[in-house]
Amino acid sequence: MGRALAVIIWILTALSVLLFVSGKWWFPAAITEHGPALDRQFLITIIVVGISFTAAQVGLGWMVWKYRDTGRAGDRGVYTHGSNRLEVIWTVVTAVIFISLGIMGQSVWASLRLHDAPAGSFTVEVVAQQFQWNFHYPGKDNVFGKTDPKLIDDGALNFIGLDESDPSAKDDSVVSSIAIPVGRPVELRLRSKDVIHNIWVPPLRFKQDLVPGMEIKVHFTPTKVGKYELACAELCGQLHFKMKSYMLVLPDEEIKTLQAMPQEQFQARMVELLAQYPLTTN
Amino acid sequence: MSEGNHEGVHRHPAPTGFIRKYIFSLDHKVIGIQYIVLALAAVLVGMIMSLLMRLNLSWPGTSWPILGTLFPGGAPNGVMNPEFYLSLVTMHGTIMVFFVLTTAPQGGFGNYFLPIQIGAEDMAFPLLNMLSFWVTFVGFIVILSAIFLSGAESTVGPIGGWTGYAPLSALGAIAGPGQGMGMNLWIISIAIFCVGSLLGALNFITTLLNMRTKGMSLMRMPLTCWAWFTTAVLALLSFPVLLGGGILLLLDRLAGTSFFIPGGLYVSGVLSGTNPNFPLHTGGSPVVWQHLFWFFGHPEVYIAILPGMGATSHILATFARKPVFGYRAMVFAIFAIGLLGFFVWGHHMFISGMSPYSAIAFSVLTLSIGVPSAVKTFNWLGTLWGGRIRFTTAMLFALGFVSLFVAGGISGLILGQSSLDLAMHDTYIVTGHFHLVMGVASIFGMFSALYFWFPKMFGRFLNESIGKFHFWITFIGVYAIFIPMHIMGIVGMPRRYSQFTEYEFLKGLHPLVVFVSVAAIITILVQFVFYFNVIWSVFKGAKAPDNPWEATTLEWNTSTPPPHDNFAGVLPVVYHGPYEFAVPGAPNDYVMQTDSGVEVTSGNGHNGHRH
Repeated sequence: MGRALAVIIWILTALSVLLFVSGKWWFPAAITEHGPALDRQFLITIIVVGISFTAAQVGLGWMVWKYRDTGRAGDRGVYTHGSNRLEVIWTVVTAVIFISLGIMGQSVWASLRLHDAPAGSFTVEVVAQQFQWNFHYPGKDNVFGKTDPKLIDDGALNFIGLDESDPSAKDDSVVSSIAIPVGRPVELRLRSKDVIHNIWVPPLRFKQDLVPGMEIKVHFTPTKVGKYELACAELCGQLHFKMKSYMLVLPDEEIKTLQAMPQEQFQARMVELLAQYPLTTN
Repeated sequence: MSEGNHEGVHRHPAPTGFIRKYIFSLDHKVIGIQYIVLALAAVLVGMIMSLLMRLNLSWPGTSWPILGTLFPGGAPNGVMNPEFYLSLVTMHGTIMVFFVLTTAPQGGFGNYFLPIQIGAEDMAFPLLNMLSFWVTFVGFIVILSAIFLSGAESTVGPIGGWTGYAPLSALGAIAGPGQGMGMNLWIISIAIFCVGSLLGALNFITTLLNMRTKGMSLMRMPLTCWAWFTTAVLALLSFPVLLGGGILLLLDRLAGTSFFIPGGLYVSGVLSGTNPNFPLHTGGSPVVWQHLFWFFGHPEVYIAILPGMGATSHILATFARKPVFGYRAMVFAIFAIGLLGFFVWGHHMFISGMSPYSAIAFSVLTLSIGVPSAVKTFNWLGTLWGGRIRFTTAMLFALGFVSLFVAGGISGLILGQSSLDLAMHDTYIVTGHFHLVMGVASIFGMFSALYFWFPKMFGRFLNESIGKFHFWITFIGVYAIFIPMHIMGIVGMPRRYSQFTEYEFLKGLHPLVVFVSVAAIITILVQFVFYFNVIWSVFKGAKAPDNPWEATTLEWNTSTPPPHDNFAGVLPVVYHGPYEFAVPGAPNDYVMQTDSGVEVTSGNGHNGHRH
């Protein structure tokens, strides 16, 4: 029984490790400046995890293989209550490894979250609502028009409550997909009209809740042109699974042209661009 | 046989009527069994829900005629609605976390064996103990009623996951299906559960501190008792916070308050304050609910697993025929886990909008909690080292616990890092991680405990052959279910999706999704064999002697099953630490705690000087 258990533990361990190293299923390629650093930290961590996991399981298997009861009369186990030296060694070693990993694991986070977006970032306001994304662009004047919840009227397609009487709102566009420039810092100002949502584009290596009552500013720098799927990653109700949109990462000139267009043209151009770019897979 | 301590007297006489004996019993042993039966019933409901979820995820759009007949609203023509699926997610999580993982390990086995293991005749407050079970039972009835009272919303309960994030959970029916009566019942059920757990926690702490028999110093207690004690302290400090949070959430829903609802919300085409269905709210914060919830929710993870750790330590030593390796380190590790467990709740909230600086503190503290967890693992391996292992079913499940605890816990090193959480948050790697470690590992601890203590509780063994079959399939099955989920998470698959059909980046994962479902179906089917074993063995199992496993602690000193006052009026006196196996020179390879005739000169709890 002990040998069978040891073999099963080893096989399960080997299969688990194989699943990870096979590379058949893995991250899509990163498309942000911080992406490679995050991937490197992930790789370091998963190597530590893989080694610890394998060592513990192999050790467990070894113990049950080797120390099974042979049934010999009078044969007894080793009488020991432990070893303070061993306790100190393995406590210190794991503490050093785990806490080092923990500290290393802050660098990408700190680079993204502990300072505001650099001046001159391309800014989009994201307003989520149950099962739909709204992306608000400031237009030519680069100033966001005022919004007010009292002016929201989904029926009249004013999804974010844009105040038409505000002069800076005149050139704004609100569309259902997001287009951002490649190679330039992008700031998203995240809001929600109703419940908590979460913006999730896997190749961005980036996720953030959109919390009603808060405006959360986040930033990153895309590095690769393409069309990517955008999902909601926080349970928001019945149709959470299809609260879908697309993120277009475009050359800066294309974005500048878009930005200068009035709402109808902007929208039409987005439709064209979405059709023009194939979905970037991997 | 041991010397008796004649100071003990009957605290309350054995009842004779059926109702006082088996229903409203004050006997901690009966109450313990009641908790276990409650957990066995609850886990059946939760497990069937997970089966339905897997069917829908792997074969979306398929018609399951039985489902259509049972739930014509939630599954018209047998095809599951998204809202029906999401209510299954919520109910599965809630029932499993509260009514299974918090009842059986603590209320069940803790209730039955803590007083016996410390040499007490009962819990300190038998009436509170009875109330604690029956309050919990009412909570279970309330959550079950949500299944039947949500028909108008085409669900089998609320939609919110077991975390019930506001404002989705706070807004009421206006926020869509699953936000009506079912959500009220969910909150009420959890609030009732909190009260029941608090009553239990008080009892555990008082009993352990005050009612240990002569010679049972703290460092002579079995590790199970340390685990139950620490669990009770965690429950005492964390459940009140959830209770308070739950009451505020209910007030937001029913009394128009705004603890968690900010101003200016526009939901389902209606602005807050412009419609009687959506009264004016202003000034609340959704993030506050998350803080309150996770201040409870993270310790809750340890409430679920600490008793399993205790049982595993206890059972590993018994069947390795060796003392627990590093008993003191094990006690300190339990404390360290319990203490640190209160300072890491923010790792569930890195991307919630809270301060990025606090995320760093929570993250580093989270990685630190891996240290006592690793210390426990090392000591379990140390306990096995040099042993003479007897592979009973109980031992197999205890060894399975160690394997699964490592497999599930280790990915905490990934998820605990704020940077990596940017990619991993709310994906299937989280689902795989917590199911392995707090779900399945805890359950393995309880399977181990049940196979181990069943003979003491019922006077009959569980069938070992069926038990081993149950172990092998379940052990392989849970690896097959939960390891692939880690891979799904790396690809980016979000949790709580009723279908993965909408996204191209998820389509490549379909073979894995089907594989997991097939593994889940097989594993679930095998659990019915376990149920059969339990029911059959209660009546027909092989008769058990008083100490069938040649174990050392006090529960094996008394008769099988124990008498009403546990020790037939003669409290035992303790002379040794709890795990004196393989003592050189002793007549047997085990020295019972009450055995005054054997000299034991080392280890915790011996009378001589320390080396």
